[in-house]
Amino acid sequence: MNVMALLLADSRFPGGGHAHSGGLEEAAARGLVRTEDDLPAFLRHRLRTAGTLAAVFAAASAHLAGQGFTEWSTVDDELDARTPSAAQRAASRAQGKATARAAGQMATCPAQVLLGIGRRPHHAVILGILAGAPADAALAAAYLAISGPASAAVRLLGLDPLRVNAIVAALGDEVTAVAAAATATAHLDPADLPAPSSPGLDLLAEEHDRHHREEVRLFVS
Amino acid sequence: MSADHNHEPDHVHPINFDPTVPDPDPHPGLPGGDRPLRIGIGGPVGSGKTALVAALCRALGQEVELAVVTNDIYTTEDADFLRRAGVLDPARIEAVQTGCCPHTAIRDDITANLDAVDTLAERFPALRLVIIESGGDNLTAVFSRGLVDRQIFVVDVAGGDKVPRKGGPGVTTADLLVINKTDLAPQVGADLTVMAGDAHRVRGGLPVVQQSLVDTPDAPEVADWVRKLMV
Repeated sequence: MNVMALLLADSRFPGGGHAHSGGLEEAAARGLVRTEDDLPAFLRHRLRTAGTLAAVFAAASAHLAGQGFTEWSTVDDELDARTPSAAQRAASRAQGKATARAAGQMATCPAQVLLGIGRRPHHAVILGILAGAPADAALAAAYLAISGPASAAVRLLGLDPLRVNAIVAALGDEVTAVAAAATATAHLDPADLPAPSSPGLDLLAEEHDRHHREEVRLFVS
Repeated sequence: MSADHNHEPDHVHPINFDPTVPDPDPHPGLPGGDRPLRIGIGGPVGSGKTALVAALCRALGQEVELAVVTNDIYTTEDADFLRRAGVLDPARIEAVQTGCCPHTAIRDDITANLDAVDTLAERFPALRLVIIESGGDNLTAVFSRGLVDRQIFVVDVAGGDKVPRKGGPGVTTADLLVINKTDLAPQVGADLTVMAGDAHRVRGGLPVVQQSLVDTPDAPEVADWVRKLMV
């Protein structure tokens, strides 16, 4: 994995990710996740749905960027079409914008690409463009799909950080498999990319957004 | 070192290599006319940050175009307080969620706060001042210089008169330290002389203001400090 992909996958990267729980906060508020024992199922589900979608688009974006592609609005539209929850689209674009803002300071970042993708790109798309190789982009995206919620579980529920990291490590082979499958589809036309969905996570995201307006929530999503 | 090299008051080294002595702010560049001045207000929970923001809005709201970003841990709590206080048009307040880590949002990953500042600046093109209020945090929480031009750290006498002595980056390096709720000093047995003495000692020449918003609800000294930054 190249250094840029490692940087993007690092929880210390200022890409806005620390304030997103990937549905974990809403799941915790509903008692669906209470202890370390509940966490693997939640993370595995998220990896196979939202994680797969992010990895697929990150890999495809990395592939397209390598070919000098510029029609990013078509990729954006395709990912929009695969993200039915407005709250999840907003969460993705918030992190995409933050990532683009951080990337804008990097001498290594292609400025014309940042101009071409607009001010609020989807996170997976900008991640793919920046990460370079499709395989690295896919692995970073798949890993981030579970590392964010895992960290949120530590902060929200006071779970044991050592056990939580052991849970993430135990999902390593599955993360690798999701990334490999996503890399295998990176060359497809954006319209033909896989479209995994998770109605459960979509509903959690919408409910989280609704609760935000009515009562206390600590994470953006 | 030569014999005539002594440290009389008229002899000042350009750089102080003593790590225990806080240097003056090495980032003097205040923004020109192209973007609003950004001032951060940080400090422990309950020290009176939001009350100070409300006081500054009252004191300055009629003379400069200002807006507020709040980072309260309970999301919209501070924004609601400011709206209820009626000191600021709700459209001039943006709330940022910090994912249980208020210091992360003002220091390590400032992107959500920068987005909130951009949103306000786009909504009010003539904006000249944005006050960014941190969620209540600890003595080590400081604002990134990438987010604010100047920062105020607020502690209160009820938190104990040892707080300035404990130091920490907030107390020692903030551009202005406010010792708040001085009217409570007799009730909590806090020695204001000790607090002020410790504060001046750990802060070198950086300014310290003691205030009570009960006695002076519009925070005149802090408001004047902000006015001087705006000219």
